[in-house]
Amino acid sequence: MAAGHAHPLYRAGDSVVHRLPAHVKIVVAFLFVLAVVATPREAFTVFGLQFLLLVAVWVAARVPPGWLATRALVEAPFVVLAVLLPFFADGPRVEWWGMSLSVDGLLAGWNILVKGTLGVLVSVTLAATTPLRDLVSGLSRLRVPSMVCVIATLMLRYLEVIAAEARRMRLARISRGHDPRFVWQLGATVRSVGALFLRSYERGERVHLAMLSRGYTGAMPAFTTTSASTATWSLALVPAVAAALLAVSGYWAW
Amino acid sequence: MTPSLDVSGLAFAYPDGHQALFGVDLRIERGERVALLGPNGAGKTTLVLHLNGVHRAGAGRVAVGGLEVTRDNVQEIRRRVGIVFQDPDDQLFMPTVADDVAFGPANFGVTEPELSLRVKEALDAVGVAELADRSPMHLSGGQRRRAALATVLACDPEILVLDEPSTHLDPVARRELADVLLGLDRTMLMVTHDLPYALQLCPRSVVIDGGVVVADGPTRELLADADFLAAHRLELPFGFALG
Repeated sequence: MAAGHAHPLYRAGDSVVHRLPAHVKIVVAFLFVLAVVATPREAFTVFGLQFLLLVAVWVAARVPPGWLATRALVEAPFVVLAVLLPFFADGPRVEWWGMSLSVDGLLAGWNILVKGTLGVLVSVTLAATTPLRDLVSGLSRLRVPSMVCVIATLMLRYLEVIAAEARRMRLARISRGHDPRFVWQLGATVRSVGALFLRSYERGERVHLAMLSRGYTGAMPAFTTTSASTATWSLALVPAVAAALLAVSGYWAW
Repeated sequence: MTPSLDVSGLAFAYPDGHQALFGVDLRIERGERVALLGPNGAGKTTLVLHLNGVHRAGAGRVAVGGLEVTRDNVQEIRRRVGIVFQDPDDQLFMPTVADDVAFGPANFGVTEPELSLRVKEALDAVGVAELADRSPMHLSGGQRRRAALATVLACDPEILVLDEPSTHLDPVARRELADVLLGLDRTMLMVTHDLPYALQLCPRSVVIDGGVVVADGPTRELLADADFLAAHRLELPFGFALG
């Protein structure tokens, strides 16, 4: 990763979606997910339309769907449960290709699958269009406790430092012939995890000292004061409001 | 004229009873560049942490630019004393260099548009303006060191305190940092084991050992006295000799 504040989920760009203030995007994404979750599971068309709304956002953000899809695969382990439900749930059953499937289980599985997928896609879209530091400052603008934001900031920064330290320790281990193939040979690895913890703890104290020396008093200074105009809010809220209306129409149609 | 730093009779013992300083006197005039030398465990770091009120004097007093360090003015003292720590990874904790440089002045109440100006000036002063939006993780050692220096310069300190500025730098980065430091018109206290670096940057040196100042004088004279250096576990690198 060469770009400054890049992270694997971020895709640099200059679209209208990228330019929206982070706190606006966080609110919109949250409302959108709420609308998806509130949609009745039998309202199949509504989910399709909500998906199309998301596609429209991708077009506006100029993010290729394939790029998003590969990053949405994180959902895969959770889908297992959704696939198993039709086989094991109770209630009336239907025959399909010689298998007996529970109707209730099918709907429950579908419910998890569709809401989970849409939720993950919304999160990935948010991450793809917002640099990490903007996400954190967006959260702090939304009055998330400053301690949480400080912890998030420090975690983002030092995860890489600690990972690099762990890599160096591993290199030093294998350079001395350490080659764990079996569980009982993991002792050295486990001990170096302990050493890494202590080192990170000490680093934490030094970082805190350096912050104190530059006048840190427990609250992060608020730098970015990108406020959003009413016009920005109303534009950004369009997908969320549309998704919510669709959710309501789902109840009505049913 | 008021000295930038005035330490007199400073003594300090850690809570575990270990006495680290036994009455240190040190006066640094405005614009001076002074090296603080001494073996490991001499009390150098302990002294530095007194300068910005992290440690509070057991006895004696510390004054920065005429202002005595007390419980109530610790924030102003920390603005006046800019400490650049040994490991830039401890100092640079924000996602981007520019955010990090803005952190100090923002804590001391500087607001926009003055804040952006301070950030730009500080980055320019150390020659890393083009790195403003980069993550500290992706900088070279020398760039990181200069960025860490910028985070402190942005606070406009009365005295700059550098803790082992030359560690982990390759010869070119080491020389580039020296150029930057020589170009700054600031009072400087440099804690170091790198005696040639002290000679290059600081006309005056103070040697501390066993919690007291054992020598204070022109760097060249101190470093030329091999017996004195040996008595305090100091040593010029191989091949160096001062006439």
